[in-house]
Amino acid sequence: MDAKKITEILHALSSKIDKEKEFLTELDNVIGDGDHGINMARGFKAVDAKIDTLETEDIGEILRTAGMTLVSTVGGASGPLYGTAFMKAGMTMSKKTQISLSDFLACLNAAVEGVKMRGKSVQGEKTMLDAMIPALEAMNKAIEQGLTSADVLKCGTEAARQGVEYTKTIIATKGRASYLGERSIGHQDPGATSFTNMLEAVYDYITA
Amino acid sequence: MKKLINAVDQVENQMISGMVKAYPHYLTKLNCGNVVVRTEKKSGKVALISGGGSGHEPAHGGYVGTGMLDAAVAGAVFTSPTPDQIYEGIKEIATDKGVLMVIKNYTGDVMNFEMAREMAEMEGIKVEQVIVNDDVAVDNSLYTVGRRGVAGTVFVHKIAGALAETGADLEEVKEVAEDVIANVRSMGMAIRPCTVPAAGVPGFELKDDEMEVGIGIHGEPGTHRETLKTADEITDMLLDKILADLDYSGAETAVMINGAGATPLMELFIINNRVADVLAEKGIKVYKTFVGEYMTSLEMEGFSISILRLNDRLKELLDAPADTPAFKA
Repeated sequence: MDAKKITEILHALSSKIDKEKEFLTELDNVIGDGDHGINMARGFKAVDAKIDTLETEDIGEILRTAGMTLVSTVGGASGPLYGTAFMKAGMTMSKKTQISLSDFLACLNAAVEGVKMRGKSVQGEKTMLDAMIPALEAMNKAIEQGLTSADVLKCGTEAARQGVEYTKTIIATKGRASYLGERSIGHQDPGATSFTNMLEAVYDYITA
Repeated sequence: MKKLINAVDQVENQMISGMVKAYPHYLTKLNCGNVVVRTEKKSGKVALISGGGSGHEPAHGGYVGTGMLDAAVAGAVFTSPTPDQIYEGIKEIATDKGVLMVIKNYTGDVMNFEMAREMAEMEGIKVEQVIVNDDVAVDNSLYTVGRRGVAGTVFVHKIAGALAETGADLEEVKEVAEDVIANVRSMGMAIRPCTVPAAGVPGFELKDDEMEVGIGIHGEPGTHRETLKTADEITDMLLDKILADLDYSGAETAVMINGAGATPLMELFIINNRVADVLAEKGIKVYKTFVGEYMTSLEMEGFSISILRLNDRLKELLDAPADTPAFKA
């Protein structure tokens, strides 16, 4: 898969986030401050515009640019977190013009480490990590079993969705939802949800 | 949604532009987003920068001026500003004495300010930070990211800004800011929510006889909801939490009754009437009282109480001259 396809995937993420904007905002209204969808959609709209002006075959540069654009347009906590995730993913792809499935997993691994570092967070705190880490683990396992790209992505999205379900059962201990204490139980995490949306968009793209 | 706006995506920009046009001798807007700096830049002092989402007016742009902030950065409504915006502000105000960032303890604010700090430090700018966490509604336990920063932040701007104005070193200014943070506690509540323009719907809903207690400054739900009580009963409830958290006995204090945006001054004075009586009863002296809108949450109806325990130094710096659009001393 080359730079052109990566650009198309980023556009696909953007339209998916735009489609889910209101739902994400609704989720955030309950346990946060009700702007997750709005902020993410604004950021990805800027990514849309920015990546079309890039004339490069370097996938690392495309991902880093997407990350920097998110950092400078999303704001809140999601901006630095998703921005860092894309920038770290971009660093693993520096100067590469082709991306394989295992490259993609290396990107996701770097993204997880980036989010942990920036958010000073671990799994089980009702954050996007609760979808990211299970998805990464499921895809690593699937790739070992020799499954096709589509099936690997399918395992990943299913694990991410389960991760979202899991966030309903736990108390938030990071981010603004943590101020609600036990009142955060029963509600799914908007960040885990938006990550799952993105993975779904990647799956839809490669199976289309 | 019924609001006096032109377009949802122009709210922040037009607000900042309007503020700068109202106070051109205090404020100048940078060309890189919603960052305002002091019109008369002062060298030879530690520069103070603060900020946060929009919707808290007069915070933070209103506190830019002599004896308080050197720059304020405004993000989207209730959304932390981005690192590049903050970085531009830091670059503009940086002096060889360094820059102090006053951050309210919200995950997004802390992350964005810290990224900006990393960028500034790469350019050789000396940057320190303090994190304000005065809200006693939230337990400061292992299970939260700590307490939120709310209206008590204005005392940090005032006192650290006053010391910076004297030419004190970065370490001293940081230390006095931390002294304020250690001695200020706040708590708020709301009887009516607010609507973020881009969201179009209120952050939560309350029945006519309900109130939300322990609210932050972003229209987010508080710690719990209960049946509406009288102003005195509500005041007692908030005061109980504040006074249980810090030993104010025998101390002189500064009190701030902060309106959330749509609370009539009449009601804020009714609150203060009770606060003053309760403190007097407990032998806690009130040195200065501030009643008004200092850190709002759009059109939320509610208020917060902040109480700062003073010592001689903090008292002197609280009294020191300040000349900003929203705070004068």
